[in-house]
Amino acid sequence: MEQAFKYIGAKRRTKEAPRFLTGSGRFVADIHLPGMKHVAIVASPHPSARIISINTEAARAMPGVRYILDGEEFCAHTDTLYVGVDAPKLKRYALARDVVRYSGEWVVAVVADSRAQAEDAAELVEVEYQATPHVIDPELSLRDDAPLIHPEHGSNQLYHRKFVWGPVEAAFREAEERVSFRVTWGRSSTVPIETFGVLAQWHEADQLLDVWASIQMPKYPDQLARALRLPGNAVRVHYDVDVGGSFGLKRGIKHTVLVSYLARKVGAPVRFIEDRLENMRGGDMHGPDRFFDVEVAFNRDGIIKGLRIRAVDDVGAYAGRSPLQLGKPVSAICGPYQIHAIEYEPTSVMTNKTPQEAVRGFGQAPTNLALERTMDHVARHLGMDPIELRRKNFIRKDQFPYLIPSGSTYDSGDYHTVLDKALAAIDYPELLRQRDSLRAAGALAGIGISTCLEPSGGNSAFEPLFNAKNDTTTWMDSCLVRVDLSGAITGVMGTSSAGQGHETLVATVLGEVLEREPDKIRVVHADSLNALPSNSPVGSRMAIMLGGAAAGAARKLKATLIRLAAHNLGCAIDDIEYADGNTSVRGNPERGLSWDKLVEIAHRKFHLLPPEMEPGLQASFVWEVPTGGGLPTEDGRIQIYPCYSFEAHVLLIKIDADTGRPKILKYLCGHDCGVMINPDVVHGMTYGGIAHGIGAALYEKFAYTEEGELASGTLMDYLIPSSMEVPELHIVDHCTPSPLTTFGQKGSGESGYLGSAAAICNAVNDALAPRGKSIETLPMSNLAIWNTLHATLSATR
Amino acid sequence: MKAAPFEYVRAESLDHACQMLVQHGDEAKLIAGGQSLVPMLAMRLLAPAWLVDIHGLSELQQIAIAEDQLVIGAAVRQCVADADPRLNSAVPLLSRALHWVGHAATRNRGTVGGSLAHADPSAELALSAALLEATLTLRSERGSRQVAAGDFLIGPMMTCLEADECLLEVRFPIWQEARTGSAFEEISARHGDFAIVSAAAQVGVDQTGRCTRAALAIGGAGPSALAFNDLARRLVGTRLEDGLLRDLAQQVAAKVEPTSDLQASAAYRHHLAGVLAERALLGAKRDAGLSS
Amino acid sequence: MTEKTILVSLEVNGKPVSARVPARTTLVDFLRDELRLTGTHVGCEHGTCGACTVMLDGEPIRSCLVFAVQLEGQRITTVEGLTKPDGSLSILQDSFAEAHAQQCGYCTPGMLISAQSLLNNNPQPSDDEIRVAISSNLCRCTGYQQIVNAVGMAAERMAKE
Repeated sequence: MEQAFKYIGAKRRTKEAPRFLTGSGRFVADIHLPGMKHVAIVASPHPSARIISINTEAARAMPGVRYILDGEEFCAHTDTLYVGVDAPKLKRYALARDVVRYSGEWVVAVVADSRAQAEDAAELVEVEYQATPHVIDPELSLRDDAPLIHPEHGSNQLYHRKFVWGPVEAAFREAEERVSFRVTWGRSSTVPIETFGVLAQWHEADQLLDVWASIQMPKYPDQLARALRLPGNAVRVHYDVDVGGSFGLKRGIKHTVLVSYLARKVGAPVRFIEDRLENMRGGDMHGPDRFFDVEVAFNRDGIIKGLRIRAVDDVGAYAGRSPLQLGKPVSAICGPYQIHAIEYEPTSVMTNKTPQEAVRGFGQAPTNLALERTMDHVARHLGMDPIELRRKNFIRKDQFPYLIPSGSTYDSGDYHTVLDKALAAIDYPELLRQRDSLRAAGALAGIGISTCLEPSGGNSAFEPLFNAKNDTTTWMDSCLVRVDLSGAITGVMGTSSAGQGHETLVATVLGEVLEREPDKIRVVHADSLNALPSNSPVGSRMAIMLGGAAAGAARKLKATLIRLAAHNLGCAIDDIEYADGNTSVRGNPERGLSWDKLVEIAHRKFHLLPPEMEPGLQASFVWEVPTGGGLPTEDGRIQIYPCYSFEAHVLLIKIDADTGRPKILKYLCGHDCGVMINPDVVHGMTYGGIAHGIGAALYEKFAYTEEGELASGTLMDYLIPSSMEVPELHIVDHCTPSPLTTFGQKGSGESGYLGSAAAICNAVNDALAPRGKSIETLPMSNLAIWNTLHATLSATR
Repeated sequence: MKAAPFEYVRAESLDHACQMLVQHGDEAKLIAGGQSLVPMLAMRLLAPAWLVDIHGLSELQQIAIAEDQLVIGAAVRQCVADADPRLNSAVPLLSRALHWVGHAATRNRGTVGGSLAHADPSAELALSAALLEATLTLRSERGSRQVAAGDFLIGPMMTCLEADECLLEVRFPIWQEARTGSAFEEISARHGDFAIVSAAAQVGVDQTGRCTRAALAIGGAGPSALAFNDLARRLVGTRLEDGLLRDLAQQVAAKVEPTSDLQASAAYRHHLAGVLAERALLGAKRDAGLSS
Repeated sequence: MTEKTILVSLEVNGKPVSARVPARTTLVDFLRDELRLTGTHVGCEHGTCGACTVMLDGEPIRSCLVFAVQLEGQRITTVEGLTKPDGSLSILQDSFAEAHAQQCGYCTPGMLISAQSLLNNNPQPSDDEIRVAISSNLCRCTGYQQIVNAVGMAAERMAKE
């Protein structure tokens, strides 16, 4: 039963559009402060080396140079950055001291009057290194004889645990069939078109640090203050900076600590806008680099009985929250399927590569790849239609709320219907005919399906799950709404946005609850000293959390207006009718107080206020994640995310057998994220997510040479798909409201991405199947597909 | 990614440009469209003390038909060449090749001569010049000389241009066969990227459908674009039967000398050379009005 | 600050502008740092992403691949020059807003320049032609679908005007 909404779900242009379309956005690189200085970085050319000496004499003599900073000084005056798991001996700073652990690691920072001058001087910094053995392969890195990345930690293994949920041994013993395989998600990332940038200014008289940054990061001001040894209220982060794409990634904490230190040292505003080379090598923004060893037990009727997943993820040379990207998937470890016995063995390993950061889905997209390859392997093994197999194993609509073995309860869903709608919308029988006629004409063609979950409402319960010393149980968000004397409404949010349309979201929700036109509502981003608590737009949470907080604040405000009206109209609160912001006495529409009158009373007429009502007109609401607050059981069961969106991808791909080149001919995604607050915004993110998944599946990889050098450090060789690689995309919507959220909404910030790579991998494998070949490693480049097709051929060359 | 400092001089004439080259020797670099040069400067792979701008030189802007040659000035922008109807009528292969060169935004600035002088082994214009055995005119204060494309392109990012020489123009032969067909085939990682491997072919046939002339070249599979016109000559006198074209393509595939990189292994490039050579030959044949 | 500077004069969005800059200043840095026209964005500085696309004499170019000094006296149009004379959104910009063809807004200015250049030369482009024209502009947010829709919508609306 869908509620009737006035503004929610309606077509609405975003509030942000006009400024982006006229070049009036305010990105960090657009901010100009008088006397601003610029940073360039001297990076390590070695994947592993001791720093013997650093000579900055020639660099210091260059024109415009203001300061040159090395790790010795920097590490002595700042504290280490946060590490997400219990590894107290691991230290991480913005600049290397004594040793470098990956090629591209920052060694020296040069501050000069212009960026060009900073680069001129950086070229003259002489660093003498003594190369030491390095390790690039995660499996080699786990071996006893591997060179240790952080000897003080004692091992290259950062995290390891084997979770057993349900009767796994029995399931494998009793099941009729089993299949095992390895599938690999290549090292890719979100690579936004804007690199990370930060501008910092220290006010000595106020003892206050101002920060403008291209940031999307929970607890950013807090972590920054800690590392700088400042009280939290000495750091003011300005969230009114437009972020040029992030998708989880923009966590430039090391950049910010560095630039803040320099700003204080130089006594001038200092900015660092990564150039693309710095961004790719030393920006610490690579994504999951993960292989899965999967074993699945099932019966001949296609029912999955048990699943064993070993996941090894290569986080690179340092860790922040990256190991936790193995933790979030615990929230949806069985996907949309009824699987009662699961063993999950995540291992986080360090290598001499650029560190990993959070990427759209926080580890769920690779896990979904493993799950969806599992389904196709089972189907192939049984000679069963992969759609039929999925239907058999889906959790049914009547089973929600549904508790999965790892402790999360799925809120709602209707997987059968969404898949059926997707198949109908793409005309699946016709798609099969097209595939078969392509095959009959000698081409390689395949259909790929994936049916995946998007855990949403971003909670952080994987922190206590992966680190017993961390008992964080809240991941709140908030909103403040105020009505000024003119009667205009302003919503205040406490974080920055990276294209998700949060201003539109808040305005729509406030307008819905207060019944006022959203286009006239202004939404601003507070700075961190003015802001209510927020955990930033991570984990596909803002429709739920910011939307819920805005609704909560608006409801409080509306209650105030009604109380005010009842008091002045001399009737009971329950007798007040509220419509479009105006109030009247039920059954007597003549007796009422308009919005303008109520606003005037609230702002000017204390004598007309009910006892103990605050003058002025504002309300705030801080909301804990629905279902949040719990700690894990001893066997590692915990409710992580509250809401579960669902997506069913179907596509047809053609592969040129002579060149290995794939071409997606048709693509459709069935999508259910509950109630959509703004369908255009949801569709936009879903299209973008699909395209991002196409990149991960076919094109994008941070490749390393055996020598430990990043081989794809520019946008010429890290291949972001263009409008010619991304085909025409179609979405068909379905709505299963969440019972846990204000309007029935679920998250959609990671939609599309969570299933597209898996579906494409299944499609490529369907295309290769007639040749008896399979491919289990992303990205499936032209070369990789050709190598697969000609495996024996290439071996003999 | 800011270029190292340099002195900029806008050449007032070709003579002036040559004079600057003599004066500054290895310290000077010519810039025309800059579409390949500027990224190298930004990454500081190159740091010339002098940049001599020849982009606007009127002496380098001509497109003309001179007897049986199409003459294109070195600083003719790729978009200007592409829009010139004489290209498509005289040397249609060039029109085909230009469509594979980067994107509109780079063709609007990039020049024909700049691409040739940059000598990327996978560049489409270099491949066309090699295929058609174009002649390049080089100018210096010492005078002018003409070199064949095959002698001009001597290796990856290497030409026979001396430090004091400037590319003046390139002359593409216009085939005078009864019917001429051409085709350009390419595999790149993404649309508009440099070719992993490319192939171009051109054939001439008489009124009876008998081959009178044939050329085939491969890009991206050796130190520079490689023409195999000696081998292709064997097609003369035949009716370009598909089997012959396939055999020729396979011979060529065996002769290329590719290297491995991130996008492609040497084995893959060998293979692609054969596939694309065959497709280009078949395409050229069809373009000449013969059916397979 | 001893680096030699050169006076560069251009026409930007119909107005004459000039500034003294080092020869190595790219057009995009000239626009952003000297003229403070920050609508044109920097994404890669090596000519791949298209975020810095502007028009030179009405045709799109990468402003990171040309030095300002090379363009002495020439005519540049940036995103700030696309709006109607009264400052309201152009048909293309308005179509982007209507089709939700922008999310983070970072690639948007370059995308608009490429799309407007296409429409100037080809008022009724097919979807394939639109895709080719914007293929030089990488976008990470939209999957291009709503951009293709927006350009098609703009073409239709222009035809009706």
